[in-house]
Amino acid sequence: MSDFPRTPPRFSATFTPAVNAEIRRAAASGIYDIRGGGTKRHLPHFDDLLFLGASISRYPLEGYREKCATDVWLGTRFAKNPIHLDIPVTIAGMSFGALSGPAKEALGRGASEAGTSTTTGDGGMTEEERGHSKTLVYQYLPSRYGMNPDDLRRADAIEIVVGQGAKPGGGGMLLGQKISDRVAQMRNLPKGIDQRSACRHPDWTGPDDLEIKILELREITNWEKPIYVKVGGARPYYDTALAVKAGADVVVVDGMQGGTAATQDVFIEHVGMPILACIPQAVKALQDLGMHRKVQLIVSGGIRTGADVAKALALGADAVAIGTAALIALGDNDPKWEAEYQALGSTADAYDDWHEGRDPAGITTQDPELASRFDPVLGGRRLKNYLKVMTLEAQTIARACGKNHLHNLEPEDLCSLTIEAAAMAGVPLAGTNWIPGRTGGF
Amino acid sequence: MQTFDLEAEGLRALNSALHALKGQTNMTAWEVINPKGAHAIAAGVDAPVEITVRGSTGYYCAGMNKLATIRIKGSAGPGVAENMMSGTVIIDGDASQYAGATGRGGLLVIKGNASSRCGISMKGIDIVVHGNIGHMSCFMAQSGNLVVLGDAGEALGDSLYEARLFVRGKVKSLGTDCIEKEMRDEHFLIVEDLLRRGEADAKARPEEFRRYGSARKLYNFNIDNAQSY
Ligand SMILES: Cc1cc2nc3c(=O)[nH]c(=O)nc-3n(C[C@H](O)[C@H](O)[C@H](O)COP(=O)(O)O)c2cc1C
Repeated sequence: MSDFPRTPPRFSATFTPAVNAEIRRAAASGIYDIRGGGTKRHLPHFDDLLFLGASISRYPLEGYREKCATDVWLGTRFAKNPIHLDIPVTIAGMSFGALSGPAKEALGRGASEAGTSTTTGDGGMTEEERGHSKTLVYQYLPSRYGMNPDDLRRADAIEIVVGQGAKPGGGGMLLGQKISDRVAQMRNLPKGIDQRSACRHPDWTGPDDLEIKILELREITNWEKPIYVKVGGARPYYDTALAVKAGADVVVVDGMQGGTAATQDVFIEHVGMPILACIPQAVKALQDLGMHRKVQLIVSGGIRTGADVAKALALGADAVAIGTAALIALGDNDPKWEAEYQALGSTADAYDDWHEGRDPAGITTQDPELASRFDPVLGGRRLKNYLKVMTLEAQTIARACGKNHLHNLEPEDLCSLTIEAAAMAGVPLAGTNWIPGRTGGF
Repeated sequence: MQTFDLEAEGLRALNSALHALKGQTNMTAWEVINPKGAHAIAAGVDAPVEITVRGSTGYYCAGMNKLATIRIKGSAGPGVAENMMSGTVIIDGDASQYAGATGRGGLLVIKGNASSRCGISMKGIDIVVHGNIGHMSCFMAQSGNLVVLGDAGEALGDSLYEARLFVRGKVKSLGTDCIEKEMRDEHFLIVEDLLRRGEADAKARPEEFRRYGSARKLYNFNIDNAQSY
């Protein structure tokens, strides 16, 4: 052996330890990785946009003195009873089954106190949720678990789910561990089996059928309720245009960062587009049809802060929806349960095995003992606080941009930090007027 | 008998009038004339009334029906009686795709043939078809009973859960995880009852039927079944 130094061990950028660990896991178990949550890889996102703020050419509004309104109307196109929310941050659909009853109750409490809506999910409407949500959106999903006309009529709006950002083109999954008696009964399936929710609606396919389906739902509910159509971020221009053509009052576009209760990791990480890329396309479809602000646009997928809300609205959305962030506000992944996350082979802020039903925070579980750890009153208060903070943050930014309503934010208030974000969001790269693909050169 | 001219008065007027019958009615017999293939006729009714539609209907006739007895004196378009909760829907002619989809209760009778995906994702409804049914019928059917006097198309009962399928004629092929099962006493009784209520007891006897149900092999994920998923 010579005394020359040896080449230090070098990790592959392709076969990283994480990649290798997954290969080993797959080889040992013979099953793909299923998990909850959204995309974990780095993606172009709202962090890649900045607000410019006021200057000589635009003047700001006085913080706390000059009003910056935050309310939003949803469903003004055809519904007799459109929804009016105090804030443009709504709670996204998360199923009872994925979440415990008390967690659904907490979402209802927090959202109602903050003046916004909650949404049911794959698994039907629960009393906890209807009872505590002032404004409740009822999802109409391919599985139709628990679907019935009485719940349709006691909902405040109906959301036809075509897809989700975490898995555009995929169905749902609720593994046997979470199928308690109550969940099984609501879904009309045997206890303890893995429940697959279909990926397509059983009684319509394509935009022409969707139009007739919307007609039927309107007839059943006497044209009272706003009808939303939710799509995963795959082809937002065409999906938005087709949803409008089919008669939707509201289009919901969920980007690939969007959370899920349980889906294959390969699906979460490799299918769909980031929300940043989806919003301008959806807005363009609405504008091309003369429907921007007439058919409202709700966007979701990785919304965390008032800055994210302001950016989504500046790009042309009417409101946003949050899933993951709401769960974290309730107490999901809290470091106070670290010992238990460790015992499950995870760690706080990384725990995503929600499908196993062993959530230490008692939120994504049907285990009565774990669920009893969660206090829905406290959870609701935390969610309310968080929603208020997001709203204040968004108002702070809007005032700095001289806007007396969050909806007056516009793309001209933004610049991009990266070329990717500039191209996707259609907002010039900072310090230039360059939008790749639109304006030539610097 | 209340007669409603759909062409003259419009769908909205019809459905509002029918919805208004909930909880109060001495107007129990309704007749809809000139349906002309309109969609969502008598969708969302929630009263024990008798509605006769004189002609053929478009999509989703009797959708989400509760309590009403709805007779279609013609053929029905896609999704007839979808998500029906209770009551009875009787079609004299044929039914298009997805008849009785996701139905949760009540009885759907099709005196002609039913197209593909009859009883898809059914959740408790009973369906009696006097003729044949098309491919992929009862896909992911969860519960309830299907009785078919004629033949069934390809992939009957694919990914079936606990629904019971009874077919008198030939089955072109069974879907994944659907197998033939023994007819036991309780099954003869179910078929007998449904033939009677489905106005088919003069046409067939319970002993002529075979039963199909779930092999329950896909109930919990197993990698060795990957080709079946
Ligand atoms: C636990 C959980 C359950 C969910 N269940 C549903 C559902 O039943 N139906 C649905 O359309 N979306 C469902 N979603 C997706 C959300 O509605 C929403 O699209 C997503 O959470 C938004 O992205 P975010 O989590 O980054 O805020 C679920 C998400 C989570 C985290």
